[in-house]
Amino acid sequence: MTGFFGVTIQGLFGQLLVGLINGSFYAILSLGLAIIFGLLNIINFAHGAQYMLGAFVAWIGMTYLGVDYWWALLLSPLAVGGTGILIERAMLQRLYRLDHLYGLLLTFGLALIIEGLFRYRFGISGESYPVNELLAGGTNLGFMFLPKYRAWVVVASLVVCFATWYVIERTKLGSYLRAGTENPQLLQAFGINVPLMITLTYGYGVALAAFAGVLAAPIFNVNPVMGSNLIIVVFAVVVVGGMGSILGSIVTGIGLGLIEGIVKSGMIANLLGAMFDKVPVLGSLVYPVKLLFSPEASAVTIFVIMAIVLLVRPAGLFGRER
Amino acid sequence: MKRKLFSAWICLALVAHVTTGAMAATKASDGVVKIGVLTDMSGTYSDLAGPGSLLAVQMAVEDFIAKEKPDFKIEVISADHQNKGDISANKAREWIDTEKVDAIVDLVTTSTALAVMKVAKEKNRITIVSGAASTPITNEQCTDINVHWTYDTYAMAVGTGRAVVKQGGKTWFFITADYAFGKALEKDTTDVVLEDGGKVLGRVLHPFPAQDFSSFLLQAQSSGAQVIGLANAGNDTINSIKQAAEFGITPKQSLAGLLMFITDVHSLGLKATQGMYLTTGFYWDRNDETRAWSKRFYEKKKRMPTMVQAVDYSAVTHYLKAVKAAGTDDTMTVMAKMKATPINDFFARNGKIRDDGRMVHDMYLAQVKKPEESKYPWDYYHIRQVIPGDQAFMPLSKSKCPLVKK
Repeated sequence: MTGFFGVTIQGLFGQLLVGLINGSFYAILSLGLAIIFGLLNIINFAHGAQYMLGAFVAWIGMTYLGVDYWWALLLSPLAVGGTGILIERAMLQRLYRLDHLYGLLLTFGLALIIEGLFRYRFGISGESYPVNELLAGGTNLGFMFLPKYRAWVVVASLVVCFATWYVIERTKLGSYLRAGTENPQLLQAFGINVPLMITLTYGYGVALAAFAGVLAAPIFNVNPVMGSNLIIVVFAVVVVGGMGSILGSIVTGIGLGLIEGIVKSGMIANLLGAMFDKVPVLGSLVYPVKLLFSPEASAVTIFVIMAIVLLVRPAGLFGRER
Repeated sequence: MKRKLFSAWICLALVAHVTTGAMAATKASDGVVKIGVLTDMSGTYSDLAGPGSLLAVQMAVEDFIAKEKPDFKIEVISADHQNKGDISANKAREWIDTEKVDAIVDLVTTSTALAVMKVAKEKNRITIVSGAASTPITNEQCTDINVHWTYDTYAMAVGTGRAVVKQGGKTWFFITADYAFGKALEKDTTDVVLEDGGKVLGRVLHPFPAQDFSSFLLQAQSSGAQVIGLANAGNDTINSIKQAAEFGITPKQSLAGLLMFITDVHSLGLKATQGMYLTTGFYWDRNDETRAWSKRFYEKKKRMPTMVQAVDYSAVTHYLKAVKAAGTDDTMTVMAKMKATPINDFFARNGKIRDDGRMVHDMYLAQVKKPEESKYPWDYYHIRQVIPGDQAFMPLSKSKCPLVKK
């Protein structure tokens, strides 16, 4: 049964589900970045390294301290978030009065240092982190076998994402955070400790990255470059979603994950091939587009979309012009 | 203002992504025999080659000086090619022109090996490929001053491919790294599978390197093939195997790691890899000689050597011996000496370099032990079969190398 252009219905659903899983990772990572940028105006290039730190702290906890997965989900973000607070207090705070690019350079440098240190100590092949027994195994959905752990990742990410969104958009604490972005001096005049709020917000954004890292540890190898591979895509997600838009980054993360899944299934390439391969001139013009959307080029898909969105809506899909 | 910021952000992000990975080039003073170790120091293949390769070459040089007391000085420099052909070619050019490098070794990742071989041929310098795998190195793109020492995709196909088909794995689906090496490995294995009466049901190409293989594995699963051939290496293979277990693909379908190193098994653990077949040119625990050398390596690196690293030692020693015997470091003379002398060391018995640059030696078919069978750290393989050199490598009669007289 050929279904849609070389992909069976089962195949398509399988790829969409995988896309949803990847999208949840993109969502939670871009949420952290969006919070830090939207509320603090800091471009946190160290986000990928902090994601990697989250995974490694969980692994170190398990190997040397006997900390199990569930505790790691709580403790690793706290620990890495703590280092985030230290970074903010010691270094980032001094850069607020300067151009945004200094914050970018500082966090970029930090990322290189952290990754370099871990690569030196742990090598590139990484360490393995076993799936917790409660989440091992999976269910056969008919069109694919869904590992329980991956379903858990989707649930956990979505819960954390929407809880964060709710706090920021619907509670008093959130309103202070949003006010602090618009006019910190005025907010401080009302007696709110704005610097403390900023510090804790950075710490929370970093903790989100670490949380994603712990979620990722049993799926991907815990290795020093796991963050740098993912971070570029996450930046693209944040840009497409709209800088600083919390809901934008969640929705875009999941959306782009789904689109990536469809591209990887080969359906788009097959569709374009079926439509244009036999057409004389148009066929050779469409051919490079078809290549761009074939499974091998799936890594490029998100950037192509980003380029299109920036041309049409420069502030991002959900962003506001500032 | 914010719009300018996004553009700056994106530009910097893309630039950073491209240039991440420190380039370490040791500046050395003028020496008579200078060896350049060009390898992947920080990326996908840095554990199976990388700093370990540099260490192996340094050990070779130290041992040579201690044992043979040569009358010439030897220097070793190294750099990270980041698995990129253009960086490798530029580095090779710079080394030959300004650093007076006489031989370039390691060259893991086919695209870098081919790029550097071209530059070296143009400038008449010896290349020793211990890292890369693809057969074009000794076929369409062969040179007369290159030696392909350790293994190639043909040997992997004949070793692992044949063994798996014999075990009953008749239908195959390939997950292939989308570059020269992955495609060569897939092609050579396909030839063997078809020759032995099997069928190939399909294939999918994945970006090199990749982290998430779930969608590619799903396609392999829906093909229904008995064997999923992993035409990739290093971290790609590790992630493929890990995720295949996660999606319930194994043990119903079996995985064939067409190129696997002991560092991969170490990272995945025996539980995930037990029973898998792999073909290797070297196993640290094979005999007393290999054990003795490997323990010395382990003391410094805290990891057992892979076949690539073992070859870096063996090949550089052979090269230096040829230089001493020839009395010169002139490329053609030394290469002639290297081809005329058999290789007898801990790596190979009666190894010989052919006209196409292929160093022919025995390969070993290994099977990964079950966890309960492993008695001490790094005790990972049963050696199931010795594949003699003339069977493991493509016979000259089939060669596409223009240097081979048929």
